[in-house]
Amino acid sequence: MSKIPLQFRHNGRDVAIFVDGGTNLLVALRELIGDMTPKFGCGQGGCGTCSVLIDGELHLSCLTLAETVAGRSVETLDGMKQGPNLHPLQRAFADHFAAQCGYCTPGMLMAAKALLDRNPAPSRDEVVEAISGNICRCTGYEPIINAILAAAGGRVSA
Amino acid sequence: MAVTVKTFANASEAAGALSSDRSARYVGGGTLVMRALNEGDVSISTIVRASDQALTRIDASGPRVTLGAGVTFARVLAERDLAFLHAPARSIGGPAVRNMGTVGGNLFAPSPYGDFTVALLALDAIIAVAGGFGARDIPIEEFLQARERQAGTLVLSVSCTRPASAEAFRFRKIARIKPKGGAVITLAAHLPISGGRIAGARIALGSMAPTQIRARAAERTLEGRSLDAATIAAAASAAAEGTSPSDNALGSAWYRREIVGVHLRRLLSGQE
Ligand SMILES: Cc1cc2nc3c(=O)[nH]c(=O)nc-3n(C[C@H](O)[C@H](O)[C@H](O)COP(=O)(O)OP(=O)(O)OC[C@H]3O[C@@H](n4cnc5c(N)ncnc54)[C@H](O)[C@@H]3O)c2cc1C
Ligand code: FES
Ligand code: FES
Repeated sequence: MSKIPLQFRHNGRDVAIFVDGGTNLLVALRELIGDMTPKFGCGQGGCGTCSVLIDGELHLSCLTLAETVAGRSVETLDGMKQGPNLHPLQRAFADHFAAQCGYCTPGMLMAAKALLDRNPAPSRDEVVEAISGNICRCTGYEPIINAILAAAGGRVSA
Repeated sequence: MAVTVKTFANASEAAGALSSDRSARYVGGGTLVMRALNEGDVSISTIVRASDQALTRIDASGPRVTLGAGVTFARVLAERDLAFLHAPARSIGGPAVRNMGTVGGNLFAPSPYGDFTVALLALDAIIAVAGGFGARDIPIEEFLQARERQAGTLVLSVSCTRPASAEAFRFRKIARIKPKGGAVITLAAHLPISGGRIAGARIALGSMAPTQIRARAAERTLEGRSLDAATIAAAASAAAEGTSPSDNALGSAWYRREIVGVHLRRLLSGQE
């Protein structure tokens, strides 16, 4: 079966790859672009660790048909870094012990970014809702919620 | 295994491609189709997509509301004129699933999913479909009863009449995990009032049968009555009549039958 050419913006950079029909965006990002920051957890939409932003909206890359991002902008955790500095959300996660094994962290950070980009001063309930599609087996969620609230409150310096 | 993806700019061309190939599957938001592909479902060899703008149109300005099949739950939630559909839209998934999942895909989502469809069933929605035979409108109840045989038809849009007031339409999803989780059961009630009496009651249930169903016995107890305590009690005790729930990881059939009346009573009496 022939490969399909696909072009999109990946963290602000234009990329062009060839995908097999039916390939999901997570596989395209990890195996064809080499961006290992979105993780594979379940491939079923259930865990959220593969979360990315498509045109600023939170999507599950494992359930996204790669071809549907043609011409669109895809943002992953890799795009969050700012040179040698951590993004304020990353800083807050570190300061509040919001990552233990770290497997959920890429998805949590993308879900948090999707929230704060839209709503810079969320309530605690809004934070809980924003990460409700992301599973964490380690932290019990409280440190993650606190980290996101702290980043939003600007109490964590970049 | 690689599949062939066919993208059409026009919905009727997509409908033609679907109806001519038994192994073709339409993809809306993909939250269920991509799951199946990731699991290695070999029954799908062709994926059909349509980029037709008509499929993502929302017409919510008048008394009759039409949602294109490709409208996502996030878009329903962003539309102030669709406030009556916000509770069912919000009940689905986490934010990413609401950004991806569509109204059209929800019509086909098997239990424990299909929460939005429960709301549409209580609202007597009309489903506009296109197939090899051309386009036609199907009442949602008929559509759901024949859902297994709908393979090969493309849903274009769903439409319903806006409820007269916020109290006239109610929705409740019972889940163990909050704010996100599959439904144990889902209930929706449309209670149009005419001269102080209920006229045209609709009670729709999710996870109480292989597809979403109407609780006809409960509807009959409401018809022509005012919504008082005795009427609500009668509706609650008739709620499980005619249902055929099954066991799954979220609850047993027995448990579903036990709780459906309790939750219908709470829904009708406006209790949280
Ligand atoms: C983590 C997770 C949580 C979820 N939570 C919920 C929940 O709480 N409640 C709930 O109801 N659902 C839930 N779902 C299921 C699903 O996301 C929704 O039901 C959604 O509405 C499906 O829409 P879709 O566009 O993504 O469907 P798709 O995967 O694109 O399609 C699903 C089926 O519908 C068919 N189809 C889609 N559009 C059309 C059309 N226009 N014409 C003809 N056939 C069509 C497809 O061929 C396929 O068979 C969840 C899914 C995941 C992964
Ligand atoms: S890998 Fe995508 S949701 Fe789990
Ligand atoms: S830190 Fe281990 S899963 Fe969240």
